[in-house]
Order: sequence, then structure tokens, then C-alpha cells
Amino acid sequence: MAKSKPTAKSKASSIGEEAASDDDRSSQWLTGRGVIPPILCVAVFGLLVRAGVSLHSYSGAADPPKYGDFEAQRHWMEITTNLPASEWYRNSSVNDLRYWGLDYPPLTAYQSYVHGLWLKSVLPESVQLFTSRGHESHLGKLLMRWTVLSSDVLVFVPAALCFILAYYSQQNEGRSDMVWHSAMVLLNPCLILIDHGHFQYNCISLGLTVGAVAAILTKRELLAGVLFSLALNHKQMSAYFAPAFFSYLLGKCLKHSNPLIEVLKLGFVVIGTFVLLWWPYLQSKEAFFEVLSRLAPFERGIYEDYVANFWCTASVLIKWKKLFSMHFLKLVSLTATVVTCLPSMVHQIRYPSYQSFLYGMLNSSFAFYFFSFQVHEKSILLPLLPASLLAFEEPFVYSWFTHFAMLSMFPLLIRDKLIVPFAVLSILFTLLFRAPCRKQDSTKQIPTSMKLLPRKLLTFFSVFLHIIYVTLTPPKRYPFLFEAIIMLHCFIQFVLLAIYTNVKQWNLPKPSSSADNKKKLL
Amino acid sequence: MEDRCGNSNKGFKVLSDFVWLCLVATCVKLLLVLSYHSTDFEVHRHWAALTHSLPLQEWYFDETSPWTLDYPPFFAYFERFISVFANLVDPKIVQLREGLNYDSLSAIYFQRITVIVTDVCLFVAAYRLTKRLDYVRRYVVWVLIIGSPGLLIVDHIHFQYNGFLLGLLLLSLSFLEEGRDLEGGFFFAALLCFKHLFAVAAPVYFVYLLRHYCRGGLVRGFTRLLAMGTVVASVFTVAFGPFLYHGQIHQVISRLFPFGRGLCHAYWAPNFWSLYIMFDKGIAFVIRKLGFNVPTPEASFTGGLVGDASPFSVLPQITPLTTFILVLLSMSPCLVKSWKHPHPKMITRWVAYAYTCGFLFGWHVHEKASLHFVIPLALVATDSVEDAKHYFIMSTVSCYSLFPLLFEAQEYPIKVLLLLLHSLLMWIGFSTLFQVTKKPGSSKTATEKRDFGIGYIGKIYLLGLLGVEVWGQFLHPYIFKDRLPFIPLMMISVYGALGMMYSWIWQLNQILNSS
Repeated sequence: MAKSKPTAKSKASSIGEEAASDDDRSSQWLTGRGVIPPILCVAVFGLLVRAGVSLHSYSGAADPPKYGDFEAQRHWMEITTNLPASEWYRNSSVNDLRYWGLDYPPLTAYQSYVHGLWLKSVLPESVQLFTSRGHESHLGKLLMRWTVLSSDVLVFVPAALCFILAYYSQQNEGRSDMVWHSAMVLLNPCLILIDHGHFQYNCISLGLTVGAVAAILTKRELLAGVLFSLALNHKQMSAYFAPAFFSYLLGKCLKHSNPLIEVLKLGFVVIGTFVLLWWPYLQSKEAFFEVLSRLAPFERGIYEDYVANFWCTASVLIKWKKLFSMHFLKLVSLTATVVTCLPSMVHQIRYPSYQSFLYGMLNSSFAFYFFSFQVHEKSILLPLLPASLLAFEEPFVYSWFTHFAMLSMFPLLIRDKLIVPFAVLSILFTLLFRAPCRKQDSTKQIPTSMKLLPRKLLTFFSVFLHIIYVTLTPPKRYPFLFEAIIMLHCFIQFVLLAIYTNVKQWNLPKPSSSADNKKKLL
Repeated sequence: MEDRCGNSNKGFKVLSDFVWLCLVATCVKLLLVLSYHSTDFEVHRHWAALTHSLPLQEWYFDETSPWTLDYPPFFAYFERFISVFANLVDPKIVQLREGLNYDSLSAIYFQRITVIVTDVCLFVAAYRLTKRLDYVRRYVVWVLIIGSPGLLIVDHIHFQYNGFLLGLLLLSLSFLEEGRDLEGGFFFAALLCFKHLFAVAAPVYFVYLLRHYCRGGLVRGFTRLLAMGTVVASVFTVAFGPFLYHGQIHQVISRLFPFGRGLCHAYWAPNFWSLYIMFDKGIAFVIRKLGFNVPTPEASFTGGLVGDASPFSVLPQITPLTTFILVLLSMSPCLVKSWKHPHPKMITRWVAYAYTCGFLFGWHVHEKASLHFVIPLALVATDSVEDAKHYFIMSTVSCYSLFPLLFEAQEYPIKVLLLLLHSLLMWIGFSTLFQVTKKPGSSKTATEKRDFGIGYIGKIYLLGLLGVEVWGQFLHPYIFKDRLPFIPLMMISVYGALGMMYSWIWQLNQILNSS
């Protein structure tokens, strides 16, 4: 550390609230007690922000009869604590699957069970079978909020810290940006708003994914396999990253002297994890398919609402749902997704490296977001995760992406009455991104097509859109005009970003096969 | 580096870093808007309504709500000023009767935002106060003041306007430190007309200004005394003049100084008296065990307000006069010092010390009053390692003693995280600071002996806080169920009082030993 050159990049920043003015000092900020206390500071600050957001409204608050995601999660706790595991996914007189039936994989069910037990011990009426439907009490909300907060403390935060430590143990350069980087990962505004505002448990599946990434960075491939399988079993959407994990691990195995054994080991671990988690549903074929059919709700159509992905954007011109059969659409979407993932996968299999793995995650999740079946606006969290992990190398991409991801979720969060936390977190993110002591050369990181003027114009236009969306009522003929404009605006930016990151991945320095383990990330 | 950047550039950088910090703090405050607010929220809403709806001469007579106006006139004017905007936002906020207990979202957002906006006064003061310090010290002081968990808890959750008032105090101190006594006196006088509880430091101000400002021969001294007197008197005239004109000054005074309150607030502030009560109870317990008959006092401290009957079993009764004399007595060493060597560098310490005395020995002290010295002491904390160590312990205790203010479960994670964040920031800031100042320019700081630490006793004491909290939150409800509900609160105040006594003795020692 003492050797680190006083380049523009060796900047210390402790986003919590510390900073230093010049290079000499900035390194001293970190050498004082090591880098751990400032990072812990960021983690605590991140939790504080989460606790602050959780004071606000949630999706479907006081909105009978269906309510929203909050009620869905609560209902799952109700089902899992009152029925045996075999009944969880089965439609019956006690479990009406049309009312927020469980449609996430078993790990979510187990998590609901554990959280449900806790709710039951404190406030039994909040998870009573039948009678608790639409339960909304101050204490009930609080307990539910605390389950998310504790999941963050137990899963996402430790995983993110492990990732930061693992990532920077690979390289000497930029260690002083560790604190800044941890703030970028831990204070991702979209994730906080969806988990602690809207109400979901993305912190668990994404946390497990980050844990898997950290395991890969520390060469614990088997652990990575287990963690990623857990993530997949918490939310099937984690499959957005599956191509990246698959191709990286495959590429790694192929580089080994005994590729077959390596592949077998990995396969054994992954399948073992799956079997363990699915055990209650492996007793009969029916039970298994029952669960499986719940996880793939094709009947809900190729897209919902206004998502800034390909299907939804193109539907302005082509009415997919009317023109084509579901079966055909399934096939097309699968093909399109695989084809767009392919370049990044091929690159990873040929040249597996940590860096290309992270880009691979970003590219494959982009591909899924654009082309896969049944994408929500919340799914943008998935590509956003690898982008945050790459924040040190691609600061501009991350901040640009975050701003548009926020915009794309704006209509949703308005519906949830989360406009104040939305505005505050947007500002806070901008502030943290420009933390005083991070004096990095911003223009260097920006793709050439994104120079100053267009950037300013686009930013201005986004801010303008936010304001318009809140203040104006759309014309009667086009009630969703503003949503459509927001969607189009975001889609274009996402596509540009995806093209850029794909190109970037292919232009990464190719590691020579022998020294590739030793190769620095930068 | 400094040569290349140039002064103005560097100044801009410092300012922009400062603004950055303020904005981050503001973001946190905005997120807390929907958290629990105490009855003080209604108090301030009602004051705005009452000053808006009634003519000036009825302000101090109105009894529409139990929350009668009991702050000095400047605060009433301030509420009148706020009410103008409130009327624009939502007229119901400032309606005298219809608005009673009005807490719609518009009212909450409006009132919370007034607190957040008036905090700008604190920001400006913090910036001014630290002008003469070097960058790292400045930054640490800013973090301590602007990121103060106590202020966040009291102002932005519990609901009060301390940030703005403490801003005035710090402004006054910043002028005094620069040697601009007239302005310093002006701001302090104004502060007193906002909230008279700040008058505890008046003796220090009086002695200091008399000796530091009004000196240099008889004529010059007298002229200056006259100037200072004019400034202070005119501030008070502007404040109290209208009421004097209407012949209501007696009513105003009786509102400002309500007698008949007990020695301690319902929840005892962690001060000397909580130790005194415990001591009394302890002796009574021992004597009873020995077989003597000690009558149990009728009035109980745990029940809230205390009447005329002596609440003590053994120890002598305490009257307001006793506490007044004790405060003055404990303050006297600092008065003597400021009489002998009125030095601008010491004024912050002295003022903070005066508030500490008022906090420890005063009559009916609120736990919130600890902010009056925690905030100014932030400036002193960066002077030496010893100061930093003292500040670390004192500020942690002060923040912890505010915990019972937020008794609802919803704010529990928030207050814990705030304290944790504050302690971490102090730890990082102080460790960095005292490493840098010891060996500037040395690049091998990593291997050096660490300078900042709080010692074994400090660590054990702070760990004890954790013990008190675990007992109060988890073990006590588990073991005693609903019985003896006052024990956890009592433990917090008594244990906190130990820390506060340490802080008092330490500050006294520092003042006595200063040259």
C-alpha cells in the first residue's frame, strides 16, 4: 500500500463520511486501521439507508383485493407455516394458487417458512391461514421489513464484502478505491428500493450470486457451484447469469489436465444441491412437475406492463401477442436469448478469466433481459448487479446504467408511492458516485460515442421525463404515452450499453493460457 | 500539490467536499421523514398555528392546547415566519382549532422539511467554526457535527429544532474564537431569545466578554462595555419589546420559567441526580436490611412528575435553589479561569463545560440537553489524542442515553445503526488524524504504533453499555416479564451518568490545567 503511486486513481474515499484531500493523505486514511473499518462504515451506512427506505410505503399497500408483492410474500409465509411442504405448490381447498400462489423455487419457500415462523411467534394473526389475507398492521409491516433487513445483513452484505476483498486481492492497483467500490455495490439504489420499498427478497438471490462470484475469484469453483445453485433455487431469474457461470466453469475445467473429472465434480455438487433442495418434491413425478409448472408461468404472456426490453419495445410496431402463437413466441425468445448470449459464452470458454467472467455475467443477463420470456421491469436488477461489480473498471457504465435502470422503474415506484425515497436515493447515488476524494479521470472511462454534449442532453431529457410523468396527465387517446416514451428511451440506452460491454469483453487482453491465473484483473 | 492547485482551487475543493457531506446528511434526514415523531411535533405545529391565527398580544395567553407557548419571543417569531409557508402548503396546519393534532402527510413533510432547511444554519456555523483548521481536522469536525447521531435522533426523528439553535451557538463561538466579540455576543443574545435553556452558559459569556472585550483602560473599556450592552439590550428589546409594550412581560416570564416541575424528568437524564437518587435508595435498602424502619417516600421518581413531598428516604431534599447553587459552584473554576486569562482559544471549552455543569446538576434536565455540549466539544475533540479519547466515550454515552426517546420498535434498527456508524466514523477519523499529525510526511505509517485508543477502562465501560442494552431489551423482558418496567431505563441513566461524571471531571481537569 505504501508503494501505491499517487496517480489520479489512488484515491481514498470512505463514503460513510470521510475523505481526504490529497494523495498522500488518502493513502493514510486507509493505512491507519486498514481498509476494513471504512468498508464496515459503508456497510452500516447502507443498512441505515435501507432502514430509512423501509419506513416508507410498499407495493399494494391498502389496495385490496390483490394487494401487491408485500402481500404475496406474506401469503407465502402463511402457506408455508400452515401446510406441509408437499402442499405448498399444489392447488387445493386450503391453498388457492390463483391468489398469489407460490411461484418461486423451493429455497424461497423455505425462506418464507423460516420468516413465517418468526412472524408466527410474534404476531400469530399475521400468518393465520385464510384470515390473515390482506393483513396490514403496523407491527406486521415492521416484522416483514425486518425479515428483509436481516436477510440483507446475513446474505447480501457479507457476500458483497467478500467480493470486494476477493476482487482487490487479485490486484495492487486501485486498492484505495475499495471503499468507494463497496459503496457502489452496497448502495445500489434500485436494489434498495425494490427490496426495502417495493418489497422483495432480491438481496438473498443476488447475495448468493455475489457470494458465488467471490468464490470464483478465490478459485473455489465447487463452492461457487453450490452458491449459484442456491441462488437459482431462490429465484429462477438467477438463470440470467447461468450462461456466464456455465461457460466460465466449463472453460476453466477444459483448461485442466483432467477436464472430465473436473466437470464431474462440479456436476455432482450442483446436482447434489438441487436434489437436497427439491427433496420434498422428488417423491413422485407429479409433485415434481407440479412445482416446475409453477415456476414457468408462460400463460402470463411474453411481456407485462412496460418493460424496456425488446419484445415490449417492438410491440409498439408489432403486436406479438396477437400475431403469433405462444409456442412460436417461446421458441423465438429462446433462440434470440441464446444467440445473444453466445458470443460472450464462446469468449469465456476460450479465454476464461475473472474479468471476462464478470463481463460475461453482464452480457448474458442483458441478453435475458432483452429477449427472454416474461420479463419484469424489476429484472433490470440482474444486469445491474454485474455492472456494480465492474464499477471500478467501468464507472461510467455503472452510473449511466443505474440512472436509466432507475428511470425504467420509475412508473412502478410511483405506483408504490415511493417517490420520496426514489428521489433521495437517486441524489444519494449521484453523490456517492462523485465522492470527494475519488478524482478519477471520468472522460477516460466513457465510450467515445458518449461524450459530453449528448450525455448532458440525455440526462436532461431523463430528468424532464421524470417531471413530466409526475405532473402531466397523458392524452386520453394514449393513456400510456409517457410509459412508452420512458421505455423507449431506456431501451435505447440499454442496447447501447449491451453492445459496448459485449465489444469490451471481446477486446479484453487475451490471457496466455499458462499464466492466466496470475494475470491481474487490470 | 498545493502549489499547483492554487489557493482558490483548493478552497473550492474544500467547500465542495463540505457541501457533499451536508447533502449526504440531508439525504439521510429526508429518508427519516416518516419515522416516529413525539408530541413535540404537535407542539411546534400548534405554535405555528397559534402565532399565525392570533395577534401578538394573545400569544402567551392562549390555552387552546395544553402545549402552550413557553419559548422566548424569537422562537415565536420564527414559528410565525414558518407559518407563512405552512399556510401556502396546507392551510389546515396553521388553523388554531381545526388543526389540533393534525398530522397528515402534508403536515409531516412540511414540518420535517422546515427542520432540514433550518439545519443550514448549523452547516454554515460548522464551516465557519473550523476555518482555521487543516483539512483532515476540519473534515473530522464536520463529520462529528453534521453527522451527529444525537442531532439526527432528537431533531429529525423525535422532532425539535436543535440543529438550528446549536448553529447559532456555534456561530457565536466562531466569532468569539476569531476575536470578534461583538458579533459573538450578538449571536448569543439572539440564541437566548430563541431558547432560554441556553442561558446556562451566560455566566461564562458574561465574564469572558467583560474581561476580553471590555479591557484596555477605563475609558476604552467603558466604551466597549457600553457597545456590548447596547447590542445585547437591543436584541432583547426586539425580542421582548412588543410584549413589554403590551404590559405582558410578567406573563411571558411565568410561561418561560414554569415552576412545579420535579427534579428529574420522567426518564432521568444521565446526570448527577440519577446517581443521587440511586445512592439514596441504596442506603435506604441497607438500613432497612439492618432492621431500622425507614418510611418509603410517597412520591416516586419512576412515576413521572414529582410533587412537593420529599422523594428521598434518607438523603436531604433537593430544591431548585440547591441545584442552582451547585451549578454555579461547579462552574466557578471555569469562571475564575476566564476572568484571569480570557483567551479566545479556550472559550469553546468553557462554554461546553458550563453546559456540562448545567446538565449534571441542573433542575429538571432533559436528556436532550447533552447535545448542548456534545456539539461544541466536537471542535475541541481534534485538539489532542486525549481530547479525542474523551470525546469518543462522552459522545457515545450521550447518544446512547437518547435511546429511550425512541421507544418504538420501528426506530430500533435506526438508532442502533446511527450509533454504530457514528462510533465507526469517530474511530476512523481519530485514528487517521492522530497518525497524520504525529509524523507528517512519513510514508511508513502502517507499521507505526497506533496513537488513538480509548484504553482498557474506556473499552470495558463502553462494552458495559452493550450489556445494559442487552439486559434492557432482551433479558429483562424475558426474566421479569412486565414487572419492574422502570429498571432498564434506570440502568441506562445511572450507567450513563457514570460516563457523564467522568466527562465532567475530565473537562474540569483540562480547564484547570490549561495555561
